Amino acid sequence: MKSLKKKIRFRINLKSKHLLAIMTMFCLSTIVATLASGITSAPLKDAAGMIVVPFENSIDRIADWLVTVSRNFQDKQDLIAENEDLKAQIDTLMTQNNILLQDQTELDRLKQLYNLDQEYLDYPKIAARIISKDPGNWYDNFTINRGSEDGVRVDNNVIAGKGLVGIVTSVGPHWATVRAIIDDSSNVSAMTVGTSDNCVIEGNLELIDEGKLSFTQLYDQDGKVTVGERLVTSNISEKYLEGIFIGYVSEIWQDTNNLTKAGTLVSPVDFRHLKDVFVITVNKQDDSYKPAYSAADDGTEEGTEE
Amino acid sequence: MKSKIVLFLTILASFLIQCTVLQIISIGSITPNLMLILCVSMGLMRGRKCGMWTGFFSGLLVDLFYGSLFGFYALIFMYCGFFSGYAFRIYFDNDIKVPVAMTAAADLGYNLAVYGLQFLLRGRLGLGTYLFRIILPEVCYTVFLAFFVYRIYYYINSHFMSVTRKESESIWVLK
Repeated sequence: MKSLKKKIRFRINLKSKHLLAIMTMFCLSTIVATLASGITSAPLKDAAGMIVVPFENSIDRIADWLVTVSRNFQDKQDLIAENEDLKAQIDTLMTQNNILLQDQTELDRLKQLYNLDQEYLDYPKIAARIISKDPGNWYDNFTINRGSEDGVRVDNNVIAGKGLVGIVTSVGPHWATVRAIIDDSSNVSAMTVGTSDNCVIEGNLELIDEGKLSFTQLYDQDGKVTVGERLVTSNISEKYLEGIFIGYVSEIWQDTNNLTKAGTLVSPVDFRHLKDVFVITVNKQDDSYKPAYSAADDGTEEGTEE
Repeated sequence: MKSKIVLFLTILASFLIQCTVLQIISIGSITPNLMLILCVSMGLMRGRKCGMWTGFFSGLLVDLFYGSLFGFYALIFMYCGFFSGYAFRIYFDNDIKVPVAMTAAADLGYNLAVYGLQFLLRGRLGLGTYLFRIILPEVCYTVFLAFFVYRIYYYINSHFMSVTRKESESIWVLK
């Protein structure tokens, strides 16, 4: 009897505090491994995605269906459809308007310097739908229903109708996670349209309620950058394609170092009610991505240096 | 074995609901923390070890999809589940007050841990803003949700999972 008891106790094995210590060590080592040596959990992610994402897709569809049903009850289907069409039209017109304005102010100089023959409207892009969001309240990541089999890759830029939304951080066969630019850990290299001064745009959780982002390290000695200036992704950014609209400057102040300026900007994208986004399936580092100046012939490039 | 499968499905369902449905009913962009309620409930109803495993796997799911550091949320959820497991032998699990109070404490601890380890270390010093904008609203909403959800978890535990609370394990019985 005694031996049997011993056996059972052995099978039930470790005390819970020892188990806790072991699991703590395990977690810490995975944290260190991902942090220090860049070991990815991609295979695990794929496996988990295979189980989870179909459910998320169907929940999304059910939610959609419920919304449609409730709208049917209101008997405003036609109005809603029309409204949606008009809204889509506004989005596209806004985009076109943005680009036109951007062009008008910069057309001459940019054409000389970069031979800018490409708008970001011309980038190949696919529509995607947000199917789930970060479970916590600290970060702004979301999952979209397009993945590597649809041509989405890590570091693809994500835009909504009016401006930059974020960047793809990981990809599964039929899903991808996107980090929004309002996320507290996000940094985007940007430039002003008028003066081509570079700055860094950071998401800031403390400003999220006001719908703002902060920018820092703007070098603008002449004070030409004013409230209302447009900020677009910069030409020196490694991951963001050049010239995607980010937002308007809403406040600007001198840094305490007296050299650079910082401030806040407002994005035209409504991150709270974001549902459909576009993924640009070209990365800046791709061969197929031709920055405007390399597409130009050598003569122009030499011309810029003069 | 059956309890393990049920537990796994419960974790998965909670994660799915957390990422989809709760995002829809969020108030002021604050979503309650369903996974944490699950960890605390399992710790309370089934003991330290079960709470720990529940926490570990729910944290792992979060890490797989949204974590920047693999294992970070697993660690925090695991400790939440483990510490709530200390209440297993002290309190009865059919009283709603204990899990609700424990959920509040665990959510506060969880959020402070996330703030301390991921925001404070990056030089975001405004604890007051974060406390009143994110942490306390989330605690309130989570506690509110716990009143309803704990009953569901209690039902799952008592109907679909094996019995863990034995007479002999109670500290009130002399051994």
